[in-house]
Amino acid sequence: MSVLVNSDTRVVVQGITGGEGSFHAGQMMAYGTNVVAGAVPGRGGEEVNGVPVFDTVDEAVRETDADASVVFVPPAFAADAMFEALDSPVDLVVAITEGVPTQDMAGVKKRLSETEKTLVGPNCPGLITPGEAKLGILPGNIFAAGDVGLVSRSGTLTYQIVSNLTERGLGQTTAVGIGGDPIIGTDFIDALSLFEDDPDTEAVVMCGEIGGEDEEEAAQYIATQMDTPVVGFIAGRTAPPGKRMGHAGAIVSGGGTGTAQSKIDALEGAGVPVGDTPEDVAGHVEDLL
Amino acid sequence: MKLHEYQAKDVFADAGLPVPASRLADSVDGVVEAAGEVGYPVAVKAQVHVGGRGKAGGIKLADDADEAREVAEAILGMDLKGYTVESVLVEAAVDFVDELYVGVTMDRGAGQPVAMVSTKGGVNIEEVAAEDPGAIEQEHVDPAFGLHPYQARRAVYEAGVDRAVASDVASVLSTLYGIWDDNDASEAEINPLMVTADDEVVAADAVLNIDDDALFRHPDLAEMEESSYEDDLERLAGGYGFDYVRLDGNVGIIGNGAGLVMTTLDLVDHYGGKPANFLDIGGGAKADRVVDALDMVFSDDNVDAVVFNIFGGITRGDEVARGINEALGSFDEIPKPVIVRLAGTNAEEGMKILDTDLVTVEATLEDAVRRTVELAQEVAA
Repeated sequence: MSVLVNSDTRVVVQGITGGEGSFHAGQMMAYGTNVVAGAVPGRGGEEVNGVPVFDTVDEAVRETDADASVVFVPPAFAADAMFEALDSPVDLVVAITEGVPTQDMAGVKKRLSETEKTLVGPNCPGLITPGEAKLGILPGNIFAAGDVGLVSRSGTLTYQIVSNLTERGLGQTTAVGIGGDPIIGTDFIDALSLFEDDPDTEAVVMCGEIGGEDEEEAAQYIATQMDTPVVGFIAGRTAPPGKRMGHAGAIVSGGGTGTAQSKIDALEGAGVPVGDTPEDVAGHVEDLL
Repeated sequence: MKLHEYQAKDVFADAGLPVPASRLADSVDGVVEAAGEVGYPVAVKAQVHVGGRGKAGGIKLADDADEAREVAEAILGMDLKGYTVESVLVEAAVDFVDELYVGVTMDRGAGQPVAMVSTKGGVNIEEVAAEDPGAIEQEHVDPAFGLHPYQARRAVYEAGVDRAVASDVASVLSTLYGIWDDNDASEAEINPLMVTADDEVVAADAVLNIDDDALFRHPDLAEMEESSYEDDLERLAGGYGFDYVRLDGNVGIIGNGAGLVMTTLDLVDHYGGKPANFLDIGGGAKADRVVDALDMVFSDDNVDAVVFNIFGGITRGDEVARGINEALGSFDEIPKPVIVRLAGTNAEEGMKILDTDLVTVEATLEDAVRRTVELAQEVAA
């Protein structure tokens, strides 16, 4: 079992004719993902990696029964691409694009709230169900199938922690990169609830970072609604206030909200062990299983 | 990107908000001249990106030319929380009877813009929010429609603003929302919005921070970025296009991906060292980016040793190794020890390419950080 994606997921890649889109569509297919279509305005009728390209997402769905979209569209057009996918019949939209203006995302978030669909990202590495499918840019070779769920705001930190897990023989059900922007689709609680409902996920690793209060709210959710054990990691303990640490969302406010310590305290208060290092995280998971 | 007060006030004035007459000056004579044009009494205000300027001595009043000279001498060149004051705004002082707060920001939890009004102006609003959240009236905004006029009115009346100025304050809030929206701002704030004895409202301060990710559609604002850098290293990083934050330690840090770089900083601290910087080379960096990154960190005199930590997804280990060889091969003597850890895509190829006469190689993140902290301590001693 897994959450959100599996070997049956039929993927349309928005922006498949671009450098990133064509490269990663190929990588996704090499991993075994069922990429059935591309969607790029004005490029209908072409083929990329043997995949037919359509002018619109609607047409791609009509012709190929795609049920998920991955967005590799430049920042200036990414919100429009997300609206197009949310207004189409696909159930899942994964936005990889980094650098989408925050005000654009407020509009997308509003539209998302009016649907029953799932948006992952933007500014995320995507998601992967090891051995079945990946939607995004995660390097497939570090993952292994198993019973640990993972949800993270960061890309490369996810890879680090996954490699620590995999080295100890701790494989993963699904890993979800929810992205490092201030406004994102799927948040920690959404992902945690999916893992809670997945019978094969025996433990969950949650990688947070400074900025916002999502981790604190997730801690509350874990304490009151979850039976599956969770191990935490929080990046940014040494980040100074008022400075954006790479991710648009990774900023401790001048007033002191969004600190790593507040998140660590909240998680520990919810009974979640928080690793000091990525290696520690894998150790905690091993202890739980 | 943070605009300076004088830049924000230009934007506010263009949008029709009431701001006091003012001139920018960067010399003592310039301050006196500007004060003469603006008319006494004046407020002389340090233009640095530091909160609480007034308390820290960065804002002073002057009633005549002698006083203007005196306060200009005190403020220009002063160190304000680590930043040198290079220019001041000379502004007509406002004789006020009340101070309000109005602001617009993005409520990231709600995923919606929020407009705010408070009668507790003139103090740090984040402290008010923490101690007396009920004193700030909030209106969440549907971005498709913007702030409805009734919402601006409701916020103002609910906040308890004096009825004599309520309509003007609501109008200021609506205009401020428009500025926030039009400029892709992350924050737009007037604190204090001063109320005069004859019931005029005046924006005595101005905060306008722009979403960095939206600067591509605001070329006019992007031009102001040069003046927003706070030191030479930030300017250098801006030129290279790196996500860079300067810190006060001696362990230089380079990596790929924000979360992993933050984690590397945290591990430096965990193993007893002090990070000198955050530097993310981004995804898919080629060898030339690696050369630039090393130049960037070597340019910081406080750095005693550098840890270079890569976990390749779309970044390739062989590209990184080539960049490290190229950057370090150009020196007769390596300026600071560099400790490298490569994992992920093409890491094995990278390890074969890497010239181990130039760098120290470690297999794990933890070992690389520990070794770097040790070497930095040796160099510092």
